[in-house]
This record gives sequence, structure tokens and C-alpha cells, in this order.
Amino acid sequence: MKYVDEYRDGALAKGIANEIMRQARSDRAYRFMEFCGGHTHAISRYGLEDLLPANVQMIHGPGCPVCVLPMARVDMAIACARNSCVTLCAYGDLMRVPGSHSSSLLKAKAEGADIRMVYSTLDAIRIAETEAHREVVFFAIGFETTTPPTALAIRMAERKGLTNFSILCNHVMTPPAMRAILEGASEGDETPLLIEGFVGPAHVSTIIGTRPYEPFARDYRKPVVVAGFEPLDVAQAILMLVRQINEGRAEVENQYVRAVTREGNAKAQAAIAEIFETRESFEWRGLGFLPSSALSLRPAFSSYDAEARFGLETKPAKDNPACECGAILRGAKKPRECKLFGTLCTPDTPMGSCMVSPEGACSAHWTYGRFRESEAQRVREVA
Amino acid sequence: MTLEKPVRRRLDFKNGRVDLSHGAGGRAMGQLIEDVFLDAFDNEWLRGANDQSAFDVAAGRMVMTTDAYVVSPIFFPGGDIGSLAGNGTINDIAMAGARPLYLSASFVIEEGFPLADLKRIAVSMGEAARVAGAPIITGDTKVVERGKADKVFISTAGVGIAPAGLNLSSEAARPDDLVILSGTVGDHGVAVMSKRENLEFETEILSDSAPLHGLVAEMVAAAAVSLRVMRDPTRGGLAATLNELAHQSKVGFSIEEAAIPVRPEVAAACEFLGLDPLNVANEGKLVAIAAPECAQELLAAMRSHPLGAEAAIIGRVVEDDNHFVEMRTAFGGGRIVDWLAGEQLPRIC
Repeated sequence: MKYVDEYRDGALAKGIANEIMRQARSDRAYRFMEFCGGHTHAISRYGLEDLLPANVQMIHGPGCPVCVLPMARVDMAIACARNSCVTLCAYGDLMRVPGSHSSSLLKAKAEGADIRMVYSTLDAIRIAETEAHREVVFFAIGFETTTPPTALAIRMAERKGLTNFSILCNHVMTPPAMRAILEGASEGDETPLLIEGFVGPAHVSTIIGTRPYEPFARDYRKPVVVAGFEPLDVAQAILMLVRQINEGRAEVENQYVRAVTREGNAKAQAAIAEIFETRESFEWRGLGFLPSSALSLRPAFSSYDAEARFGLETKPAKDNPACECGAILRGAKKPRECKLFGTLCTPDTPMGSCMVSPEGACSAHWTYGRFRESEAQRVREVA
Repeated sequence: MTLEKPVRRRLDFKNGRVDLSHGAGGRAMGQLIEDVFLDAFDNEWLRGANDQSAFDVAAGRMVMTTDAYVVSPIFFPGGDIGSLAGNGTINDIAMAGARPLYLSASFVIEEGFPLADLKRIAVSMGEAARVAGAPIITGDTKVVERGKADKVFISTAGVGIAPAGLNLSSEAARPDDLVILSGTVGDHGVAVMSKRENLEFETEILSDSAPLHGLVAEMVAAAAVSLRVMRDPTRGGLAATLNELAHQSKVGFSIEEAAIPVRPEVAAACEFLGLDPLNVANEGKLVAIAAPECAQELLAAMRSHPLGAEAAIIGRVVEDDNHFVEMRTAFGGGRIVDWLAGEQLPRIC
């Protein structure tokens, strides 16, 4: 496959892996967080960990929109969908995200709610057009990558004069979450912050550019290397991070130059700014309530806001107390350090959000990497 | 005195639709069976018009299977629900190393279904049965109200005969056995999915729906002794098949990603849809687990058959109490190839 296979080449991977091996000092550990679920997926799917020396460790971050969606918002979507006049349109990944009392959109659908899987906001607009008697609600989620398509859907609905279309807005922003990881660990959280650098977002950065990460390098002295989602991209970014650490630098570097600039996509940014404004505070699963971390519709577009239209209210919902998703999303714990991991919580019966999406830290480890534990076990048994 | 016979109107295959009378047991049903199914499946047993068919039983081990087909869309590049039902049932029989003998077919049809489509489906199912030499010798037709079924569902059964002494079993894989795949993976699922989602690619991706009894006959003739088990990796793809076998045989698998054939256009479509070809359904491929001794003869026999031309050894059976399917990726790392959790759903970003 042209333009894809080149970024998955085993021989090139070996070359980069050897270089990481050569440059990583044996007298210290290197701990990096890949922020995005897309990176987590690539690392696990291609077995990148096997190519890294033992002292270079990757910590899986919270950049999976499905994973950070809190239970209360899932409950809200289910409540909305139970309204008999509503057709709720959602991306496929959302169907199995657990809400309260082991509910999910998939279960609500089986119970009779009109919930449909869509591939894009355009599908939802089309349904609103062809089924004028239905109240079509688009369950909008995601980071800066999926926000512009939602903005365009609102513009399109306005242009077409659709009065039966609205969105349940859960769009969140990347930089506040990165800041929360850096701050949370140094303030309220007891666990020391182990992260020494970030593999920065790929698709998100195509929209927002690399400039928003500059405070993390400048103020927190953490290097950030923005990288593409292919395994060679990630490997190269890790090498660049190792070099920065060795040289005592903390800079924002761009490995993903084929798609990302410092300033990002001005048109997409303008579309977001036109339609959305920043919410005062928003709940993230695992990270709690973060100030100025999410978006809602501007008052001029409030007629498209499903929350107002259907009088939806947030009811507090608590995650299973044994679930360690929070610590895992902050990089403070590894999936296997959670008591529920692989026993009560598996991709078939997810309890925590990290197990739901293939991009979640727990699901990626369970699906692709859990054989490493049995290998470690074997080694221990032999010893 | 013989009364004048009423004029028998032909079914309107241009604009006509199935209505409830076609399932009511009256003359309309008789005509539907005669003009659609008997016409398409024609054989001496069906012409007998009994509620069952009788046949002689030869020596050897009888094999029986049943299956239901509910694919959507019912017409897809490379086949339709009729050819799929025929080939799928034949393949389930063939995976026992057996020669398919007879099939049955029950149609559940939604009121309003175009007669032309029904005819087209019946013709392709009849053709699949004819190619395999396994006539459809009994069947049933039901019509349900609009909305109570999705266009048409086909339920089948099939019987076949396996050579005496050939006991393929999903519990029979042993460490050091080899895993042989008959060809490219993911074609069927991607063909259906791209039709469902109206995706167009430069080259049309065709379903691999095909009857595997001929390939199996070659394999049995060449190296029956080394065959432990065969499976056609349909729903859930190669990943599900290997995981099932690992659990049933209480072993693990070690496979090589680079050895698994995938068409470039299928790989590209999977990339686009966020799917893994290993999880995508096939309808004309088989996985054989074979003892290492005669594996090369087996592979050569497979490659000499058109449906096995791209056959490859993709890995081997290993001892593993966890029953993992481990894969060395083309990138150079290792990973598990797991069952899917729920449906395979496209990623959102």
C-alpha cells in the first residue's frame, strides 16, 4: 500500500531501534507518555515495545475520546435516546461505553431506543433530512480532530434550515488534559510524576498546530515530539525524545512534518471558534473536572443544543471504586496493576473506560500485549 | 366432462413482488415453488414434490451441517445471498474432508420482495449446488409480513460423506503442527462492507465466495494422513478461527504476519475503514492444521488447485497453557491476535 507500508517497514524499524538502543544511556530510565490512543494502538498493534530497550518505557495517555467520556455523559445520551421522538446518532466506538448500572447505548438500543451508528456527521444530517418527523441528535465527541466536522454539520443544518437536528456536545481539548497530567501529579496526587516527555498528538496537531504545546516545554521542562500514527513515526519520535533528554533540551519538535505545522489549520480553527465556546468546567473520566477543557455551542447556536432542547441534566455517576482508570490515564499505574484488569474487566465486559476502545490503554494491552505477562511469569518461574 | 382449465398466469418477474399468498399454502405458493425454486434447482428429488427426499447411503462417515444466511446487502460484488448459502453449506461439509452429497434450503421471504431478485438468488444458489454436485433436494418457503424479516433469509442443511478413517477434529492440533492458509484473507467482508457503505475503490473488491470441496478433495488425496483439522475462517475471520482452535485443542499458535496473504486493495480498504484483515470474514478460504511430516505435499497439492494457488504456511502450533495466538508483526514486534470484542467497528479518529 503506497504511502502506508513505507511507515511500517521492518528493516527501517530495526535501524531506528538500534539507534535508540545506542543512544539510550544504560544508567537511567526514560519514561515517555504517548498522549494519543492512536499512538497507543500503533505501539501495541505493531509490537513496538519489543524493539525498545528495557529502560525506555512508554506510558499510555488519555488521548482516546471514548475513554475520557464520563459515565454521566453516557447516562445523559441514553436518557436522551429513550425519548420516543429522538433518533440518536453515534460513532460506533461509543456503543459499548459503560454508563451507570452497566448500561450502554448498545443495551438501550436493544431495549428499543432508536440509536444508529454513523460514520460521519453528514450521515446524521442526511437522516435528519430524510426523516423530518424524527428529532435527530448527534452524539458529538472527540478532541480537536472531530470538532471541525461537528462545526460544519451545524453550519450545514443552518443552511438547510433543519429544525429537527441537534447535537449532544462532548468535545474536549488536548492541552488542558496535558496540563492536568503535569499539574495533578505535582499538587493533589501523591504519586510522583514519572513522565519525562510526550509523544505529542498526530491528528489533533494537524488542527491546532504545535504552538499550544510550547508552554509544556518552556514552563514544565518536558520535551514534546509531535508524531504521526504509524509505528515508524512513533519509533522516530521516541528516538528524538531520548536525544532531547540526553542533551538536556526541552523543546517542541515536529516529527510529523508531512501533516503538521506550527500554526495548524486556520480554517478548521475558525470553524471551531465560530460555533463553539469554552465550557467553564467539564468532567473527564479518570481525570475529574478540568477547568476550560471542553466546548459547548455558542448562544447563537443554542437551538442546536440537545442539552437545552430536551432539558437534559447531568446526574453524578460514580465509577467502580476498584477501577484504576484514573491512575492509568495519568500514567501513574500500569493496566496490570489494576485488580479488575483481565479478571472482571475485559474488552467483552469493560468496567472502566480504558477497556472500552481499542485505543484505550487497558484494551490495547489486553488485546495485543498480555502475552508479555505470561512470558515474564515464565521467566520468574524458571528463576 | 372435464372443465376448462383456468388460464395460468405467469409470475411477473419484471415488476412482481412476493405477497402473503405466496406463503399461504395455496395455488400461488405452488406456482412460486414451481417457477422459481424448481426451475432453478431442478433435480429428480424435487420433481417428486414430496415434503422430504429419500436417498441411499454409501459406506463411510456421514457428515451433516446446518447454517442460516442473513447477509446485508443480499447482492454484493462477487456473489449474492444465494451463492453464499450454497457455497457456505458446501464448505462446512468439506471442512470434515467430506464430499458434499445433498443440500436443503428454506427461504423466509419478506412480503414485497421483488420476484426478480428472488429468481436471481435461487438461480445462483442452484448453480452453486450444481457446481458442487450436491443437489438441493428438499426445501421450504415462508412469507412474513413486511418488516418482520429483512428481504430474504435462507436456512440450509447439507449432508456429505467422508472417507472411512478420516477423523478431522478441532481438538486434534498438536505442538509443531503447521498452519496452512489457502489464500488471501478479508476479501468477502470488505466486499460486503464497501457495498454496504457505498465505498468505491479503483479496483472493485470481490467476495471470495467459492465452494472448497474440490480443493479439499485434492488435499485429502495428497496427504490425508497429515491433516488434523480444517476450518473455513468465516465470521470473525482468521483471528477467530485460530483462537477457537487454540482453545479446543488446548494449544497456542505462533504465526507470521508477513506470511499471511492480503490483497493490496483489501489492505487499503481495511486501513480506511479501521478494520484488521485478520478479523474480517472469508467465504472461500480454509485453514488447515497439518502434521509437519507431509505438510509440503499438502501445500503443493493446494497450490495446484485454483482456489489454493496462494496457499501459504503462516505459522505453527505451540504449547501454551494460555492458548494465545501470538504473531510476529511485519514491523518486527510481537502481539496477540485476539477475538474481537463485540462487532468490528470503525475507529473514529
